[in-house]
Amino acid sequence: MKKDIKKRNTILTIILIGIIFAYMLILQLNSASHSYAISIIERSAIYAVVAVAMNMLTGFTGLFSLGQAGFMAIGAYVTAILIIPVESRPTVYYVNGIAPWLANVSLPWWLAMLLGGLIAAGFAALIGFPVLRLKSDYLAIATLGFAEIIRAVIAAPGLNQITNGSYGLNTIPGYHSIFTPVIVSIICIALMVMLLRSSYGRAFTAIREDEVAAEAMGINLFKTKELAFIISSFFTGIAGGLLAIYMRSIDAKTFQVTLTYTILLIVVLGGLGSVTGSVIGAFLVMGGQEWLRFFDEPLTIGGVSIPLFRAGFRMVIFSILLMVVVLFWRKGLMGGREFSWQGLINLFRRIPQLFRKKKSGEGAKNE
Amino acid sequence: MSEDILRMENITMQFGGVVAVDSLSLHVGEGEIVALIGPNGAGKTTAFNCITGVYEPTNGRVEFNGQTMVANCPHGKMKKTYAGSHAGEYTEIVSRTPDKITALGVARTFQNIRLFSSLTAFENVLIAQHMHVKTNFLSESFFANAAFLDKMKTKPKARQEELDMRERAHELLREVGLSDVENEEAGNLPYGIQRRLEIARALATNPRLLLLDEPAAGMNPQETAELSAFIVEIKKRYKLTVFMIEHHMDLVMKISDRIYCIDFGKMIAEGNPKEISSNPKVIEAYLGEADHAENN
Amino acid sequence: MNGSVILQQFLTGISLGGAYALIAIGYTMVYGILRMINFAHGDIFMMAGYFMIFSMAVFPWYVSIPVTLAGTVLLGVVIERVAYRPLRTAPRMSVMISAIGVSYLLQNLATYIFTAIPMAYPSIPFLKQIFQFGSVSASLVTLVTPVLTIVLVIALMQIINHTKAGMAMRAVSKDMETAQIMGISVDKTITYTFIIGCLLAGVGSILYFTDRMTVYPYSGSLPGLKCFVAAVIGGIGSIPGAVVGGFLIGISETVLVSLGYSTFSDAFTFILLIVFLLFRPTGIFGEKATEKV
Repeated sequence: MKKDIKKRNTILTIILIGIIFAYMLILQLNSASHSYAISIIERSAIYAVVAVAMNMLTGFTGLFSLGQAGFMAIGAYVTAILIIPVESRPTVYYVNGIAPWLANVSLPWWLAMLLGGLIAAGFAALIGFPVLRLKSDYLAIATLGFAEIIRAVIAAPGLNQITNGSYGLNTIPGYHSIFTPVIVSIICIALMVMLLRSSYGRAFTAIREDEVAAEAMGINLFKTKELAFIISSFFTGIAGGLLAIYMRSIDAKTFQVTLTYTILLIVVLGGLGSVTGSVIGAFLVMGGQEWLRFFDEPLTIGGVSIPLFRAGFRMVIFSILLMVVVLFWRKGLMGGREFSWQGLINLFRRIPQLFRKKKSGEGAKNE
Repeated sequence: MSEDILRMENITMQFGGVVAVDSLSLHVGEGEIVALIGPNGAGKTTAFNCITGVYEPTNGRVEFNGQTMVANCPHGKMKKTYAGSHAGEYTEIVSRTPDKITALGVARTFQNIRLFSSLTAFENVLIAQHMHVKTNFLSESFFANAAFLDKMKTKPKARQEELDMRERAHELLREVGLSDVENEEAGNLPYGIQRRLEIARALATNPRLLLLDEPAAGMNPQETAELSAFIVEIKKRYKLTVFMIEHHMDLVMKISDRIYCIDFGKMIAEGNPKEISSNPKVIEAYLGEADHAENN
Repeated sequence: MNGSVILQQFLTGISLGGAYALIAIGYTMVYGILRMINFAHGDIFMMAGYFMIFSMAVFPWYVSIPVTLAGTVLLGVVIERVAYRPLRTAPRMSVMISAIGVSYLLQNLATYIFTAIPMAYPSIPFLKQIFQFGSVSASLVTLVTPVLTIVLVIALMQIINHTKAGMAMRAVSKDMETAQIMGISVDKTITYTFIIGCLLAGVGSILYFTDRMTVYPYSGSLPGLKCFVAAVIGGIGSIPGAVVGGFLIGISETVLVSLGYSTFSDAFTFILLIVFLLFRPTGIFGEKATEKV
């Protein structure tokens, strides 16, 4: 009986993966006409990585860190600097020139991205020493501060020959195929899930549940928090690299606090402590932002233009949605649980019951 | 006479100007069950916190298994404001965080249960074994859940460790009689079961000394009787030494080998249950108040 | 750098610091009572800027100022009512996320209603008068800000230390549950706290933007964070601390800008924060709290 269910789940999973890949293959083969869908899927996959990385800290370890934008900036800049083709560098750095030692250094994109992740992780290790001793809200404000410092350093005139200061970087070679960012994202998320399911991941959760008890069970608070912080920042850095290639041009303004807030929205919507929740949240938020674009367009119904619909309305709707989730639906979509086929089947089974209950409830009222 | 596993020497804990524990000295012999009693606010939990590294005592020394585990003397600002006795007797400063102390073999439970409440009973016990994990996080990530490797003759170390931990968690829960609630969320369990689970979790760290902070708090007489039997049983099975804070006199009198009684942070009596129950100072400080509390 | 330049910078620094101090008080009071960073406070301050712009378009300045202050207070009270009160028993992280949500909402709302293009801040004629002391020239607002800040803080200290509402605030910030048992209406006290905090943020906004001359939807976010840092440096929960922190940050920012390190002036605030958190986490005037196990 148990084996049957397991078999069924495996088959369903394989079918789902098959469908997704077939869909992406169709998109890829007609990439010219589907560039819009491709772009949304790529962006969602990239945000899913950061969201899972943030969830690892916020949802699993209970560390409310708001430094994501900073670590993404590190990953993005390292990747971008190293993969901009050597021949186009003089045009990119046309104002200040590029530092001579850097001018001819170039790496394949995946190696550059890995390096970006490692440098972000290195920074996290350093920052972790002072910051991880702090309690919840101080930690939030300190990490947020660090992200701002990183941004200021990137834009600093002293680093013009490396980061191109406030001019930003462009002509970053983009993706040839939708599969590249999606597969990298899948690998990153899989690695994080594996860590979370190991004994180290359980130690993270113990800290979230009760620091004092976790410490009394022999878990070294600092080492464990530092591990979570470094790993999370590593993947955040990788996601920054992915984003740089996706966007093809970046500057320090790309990595403002609002970026962190968007990721936080994804994590909260998906559910703190749920990896699948974060992934679903990333697709919903990124897809939703595109889909809601019609709110930004002027709308006329029967010749009367509806005054509300103009630029910026989409983001207002969006932030109201966030507030609704926070206030009325605090657990988010998944509420700390993971997606399971059984859960989905149960959900479908419950739908008719819900209707029946409603009816009987109405009946009771009428009496 | 067995050797002392724990010795507290002149432990003083001062918060600002308040001396919560005043030069407390006691010893617990290997294999004993020793109780620490005293009225509310006498400083019992503070004494526990000094042993387990939650607080750094202001002055004094704690020895575990013949080695100095914690030691301190008034330093810095405290030097001027220190109000306890035995100042200048200790010069050594040994400070350990709670996790290091657990690693030495001292496990504890908490007065107000501190389980990982949204995790299952099984996970609670599993987590307590984390400190014994020897493989690094990378091989743990890759192999700990690699079930497809189970058919191999020599499994990766991380996988073997994970399987052993799970096996031990099952075994431990079976031994304390919690097998049937293994997969229940800890926070949803009945109160008495939570207490038991907290002890099981402490046992999973492989302690030699178990500190129980009011294990019978909030229990009815029948549950308390069951708990007494349980403590004696695990003590035997795991060759433990038990040092506990308790208010339930029937439990204390029934299972303790020796009892210490403190009041206002100071030791007022020491002895076996019989001596303690007839000690006028104890009756005045503690039992008197207990009567009073019962009348309320 | 000669003496008059230094004096000029010093005046600018004190003036900026005064505005920061007024905002920082809002953070420190809310944190003292609710133990949360009101991430939206900076955006309330930004909205106050827009309120002033629109009321000045209709009314003379002496009507606009009270209208703006009333609007700001109303906004703050509504936010507390809708976004924070329902979460009073929720975990701290939820409240913080809610505060971030409000901040996000206000910024997006401002972008939507007022567009992202900076709007000119109306000049209040008498505040813009230029004074000349030898070679140093300053507008009146530069002189009014620190004086007004000090006056308001003294008044606030009187309220907190010598009125019933003030006593209630102190009681709630020490222990919410016990205060409630003692018959203090916690909700009412928290509302008072928001009223005072927003009122001061409104005053701070008028002084700050009169100096800066433009408002845009994000002009509250960074000053907001800086003022929270000021509150932490001064010792969270302490009103004199917030004032000292505000002046400290305002002056150091001005000094850095005048030395040509303007890109680092924002980052410096956070460096200061981290230094404090490391070496004196309770801030200049803060009390130490021990966690009970």
